[in-house]
Amino acid sequence: MGTEAPGKTSKITLAKALNAGLRRALEADPKVVLAGEDIGKLGGVFRVTEGLQKDFGEHRVIDSPLAESGIIGTAVGMALRGYRPVCEIQFDGFVYPAFDQIVSQVAKFHFRSAGRQKMPIVIRIPSGGGIGAVEHHSESPETYFAHTPGLKVVICSNPIDAYWMIQQAIASDDPVIFFEPKRRYHEKAELDTTIPPIPLHSARVVRPGTDLTMLCYGPMVKTCLDAAAAAAEEGRSVEVIDLRTLSPIDTATIVESVRKTGHAVVVHEAPTNLGLGAELAARITEQCFYSLEAPVLRVGGFDIPYPPSRVEDEYLPDLDRVLDAVDRSLAY
Amino acid sequence: MSNGDPELVQLLTPEGVRIDHPEYAFVGDDESIKGLYRDMVMTRRLDTEATALQRQGELGLWASCLGQEGAQIGSGRAMNASDVVFPTYREHGVAWTLGVDPLQLLGLFRGVDLGGWDSLQTRFHLYTIVIGAQALHATGYAMGIERDGLVGTGDPERDAAVIGYFGDGATSQGDVNEAFIFASSYNAPIVFFCQNNQWAISEPIERQSRIPLYRRASGFGFPGVRVDGNDVLAVHAVTSHALERARSGNGPTLIEAYTYRMGAHTTSDDPTKYRLADELEHWRLKDPIARVRAHLTRTGAADEAFFADVESEADELAARIREGLLSLADPDLVQLFDNVYVEQTPYLAEQQRWYADYSTSFESGDHDVAAGRQ
Repeated sequence: MGTEAPGKTSKITLAKALNAGLRRALEADPKVVLAGEDIGKLGGVFRVTEGLQKDFGEHRVIDSPLAESGIIGTAVGMALRGYRPVCEIQFDGFVYPAFDQIVSQVAKFHFRSAGRQKMPIVIRIPSGGGIGAVEHHSESPETYFAHTPGLKVVICSNPIDAYWMIQQAIASDDPVIFFEPKRRYHEKAELDTTIPPIPLHSARVVRPGTDLTMLCYGPMVKTCLDAAAAAAEEGRSVEVIDLRTLSPIDTATIVESVRKTGHAVVVHEAPTNLGLGAELAARITEQCFYSLEAPVLRVGGFDIPYPPSRVEDEYLPDLDRVLDAVDRSLAY
Repeated sequence: MSNGDPELVQLLTPEGVRIDHPEYAFVGDDESIKGLYRDMVMTRRLDTEATALQRQGELGLWASCLGQEGAQIGSGRAMNASDVVFPTYREHGVAWTLGVDPLQLLGLFRGVDLGGWDSLQTRFHLYTIVIGAQALHATGYAMGIERDGLVGTGDPERDAAVIGYFGDGATSQGDVNEAFIFASSYNAPIVFFCQNNQWAISEPIERQSRIPLYRRASGFGFPGVRVDGNDVLAVHAVTSHALERARSGNGPTLIEAYTYRMGAHTTSDDPTKYRLADELEHWRLKDPIARVRAHLTRTGAADEAFFADVESEADELAARIREGLLSLADPDLVQLFDNVYVEQTPYLAEQQRWYADYSTSFESGDHDVAAGRQ
């Protein structure tokens, strides 16, 4: 399985875990093809596809012309021909030229064709900030896609999920927007491939607690775990849930937790206005109204365009802002 | 047009006289020409009937292909059984050549579905309304054919190609230009078939391009050809050639079928606000059907009985369309939830159940406020 591939257990980065998962998918199904800018010889700007073109050939790992709508639009045609394209959008802020193909074509084909045509396409998008990048390289556009009927949207937060979720997304007969937290690409974890994964569209309680439910995903999971550890030192028991799936949202796991804790804080990098937090707050209010002891609070990016990177640490939710929300919630 | 434009491939003049071209020849006998005539008449009748049905309130909208029958039938009949079409929303004639039930085309415009035909079985993919988006789908599909090893096998039964249709307005879209680049870069087995009908709603071709559209192809690295789109024989010859080129592994071709939109853009449009009646009269003399009829009559290949038979068949088609359309059932909103996903989400299933119960509560008379809680 390649030079850096995992054995039964191995310490592996998130980027390498994705690479290993993609390799497994390419091995498992000859109809799986990868397409994107610089993903072949270079192995992608984050090296997620490193070595795959060398091992699977140019017909299966395709260096695309520099045209995002073209990448997704041709993937639609390949899917209609029976292929399972896995497209890479190089950076979050570059997905918009492909927005029509994703929203009007990929998302709607199964519905328009009354179920006759499937769109088993995965669109991988490195997302989020915190890497000191120039503009258009640090955005969190998940809400656009989660708002679109016909798409499924997931985001991994750690190497183990990355390895499994990419394979599950590729196996899905529905189109999946697959976000990758680019600032966590190089974080490592022990991957034991003999432990089976949980279903793709399920959230996971990553730290149990009793006083407050913290809902987060992608790059914010680590931030929230750090915050929960800090809160614990003050005697507060915070339950952290990694949403993993943003469309559909695993409401059951969330509701079970909030009915227990009575407090909920949502954390994401994306702008707060109409972000995932708004939908989560609405669902929690609808389904946990009599358990709530405080309004659902949101900690998100501010509602300004992503700022110059020298101040991105102020813009992004951090441990202190998350703890501030915990304080405010528990003070009700 | 016929004699003044050396760039234009033409094999049958507007007067119905067959002429030779140094590169292209129509392959077919009198019977095949009569078949093309019949196809064009049937397409026109379908189109006329649909326009009438819209005026009577039975269709929400209709996009007429009046005047473009030669371009559509000529290209549609050039395909092999392995070739596949990605249309715009105006290719009613192409759909006819592939056996798509005209009623299913009308269903979309009536609003009972979003494309009721089986595009895999008919090889006619769904109508695409976002301008130019299908050019990329066609290209991707062609890339798939190439990956399947079905290009240049030497076996004409196995080799396959794609025709991607679009109009003159679409050539300004990024997706069409990206499709040209992908197709060229990967040498995909595709024919880009542009019906230049001179108008993109109210905007004339001069607003889209300052050079003849077919010449754009050279900038992308593949051949372009301009054909008289109202000459069904020339369109058939040029398309056959381009498809054969694609199937044998020689890559894409851009065909510019030079034609005219005799009707409005759609039934919602009013072309008298932006174009002159003179122009319409000029093009009426180049009608794609009249010239074939003149040719068949002049050569004696068809007699009055033949033309009467075709007319009678068209009448039957019109009656069948009218009757069938009025009996199309409206869709059930509750059932539409089933096809958003292959694997429905719990959230959507809950919303579907809620709406089913809610709508049923009105029928049973026990609707109450509590039922409105989701």
